[in-house]
Amino acid sequence: MKHALKPSQYAVLVAIMLTASVGDSLLARGMGQVGQVDMHHLGLLWQALFNPFVDAGIVLLIGFFACYTTALSWADLTFVMPATAFGYVVIALLGRFWLHEQLSPSRWAGIALIVCAVGFVAGGPSRTEHPELDQMDAGVGR
Amino acid sequence: MMLSVQMLRVWGSISFVSVLAVAGEVLIASGMQQLGDLDDLRASKGTVGTVLAVIGNGKFFSGALCMAFNFFAMLFALSIADLSLAAPAIASLTYIGNAFAAQWFLHEKVDQRRWLATGFVAVGVALIAR
Repeated sequence: MKHALKPSQYAVLVAIMLTASVGDSLLARGMGQVGQVDMHHLGLLWQALFNPFVDAGIVLLIGFFACYTTALSWADLTFVMPATAFGYVVIALLGRFWLHEQLSPSRWAGIALIVCAVGFVAGGPSRTEHPELDQMDAGVGR
Repeated sequence: MMLSVQMLRVWGSISFVSVLAVAGEVLIASGMQQLGDLDDLRASKGTVGTVLAVIGNGKFFSGALCMAFNFFAMLFALSIADLSLAAPAIASLTYIGNAFAAQWFLHEKVDQRRWLATGFVAVGVALIAR
């Protein structure tokens, strides 16, 4: 059982961080252009499909889901979790340095905590060894 | 009295959304654990075969279904709770719930390092999403 990750697996984790955050931002921007959707204006959802920001967001979120499921095939859920949370840090930093938004001290504290969490987990093994379960799973999968 | 009923509805919906998210993520993780490393699977079955194996996995499918319900439950929760409360509360509860569920159902070794990381992520997400 592997504990150390290959460079390609680190690339998948980085893709998880970036695709989720940028995809969400693109969807938010696109839906902002489409307008508020409620029960009386469900037709707007169809219109949203023709918005380039929404389309790009959907493509990135499909990419996120593919990377996320791939990561879960070789790493523990509790190992991958902080990587998904790092997306919040990417969004906050994009807001600060790209859109020049002001970040409150509590947001900076949140960024520091998530960065620390990623550091804690990245230093440990990526997967729990449980050979007896692996054997059972292999039997079920057949 | 009215206030407590409203609080109950808000926190009930937040908890429900979080439970659906945890169930979805744990089922998907369990399905992927069952399939094994997708790189190895791709080497033997090809890309299309791998995609079909993933979609055809019962646990993965149930997990994806839970995530779809989670999306609609989230919309419902946001209709009765403020976004500034619901978003960080759901995210934090989901991270903590995932850690417990991963230990109980996926038999992951959640050591001190991972508990600390889970706590930091839960508080960090709540601080950022406020």
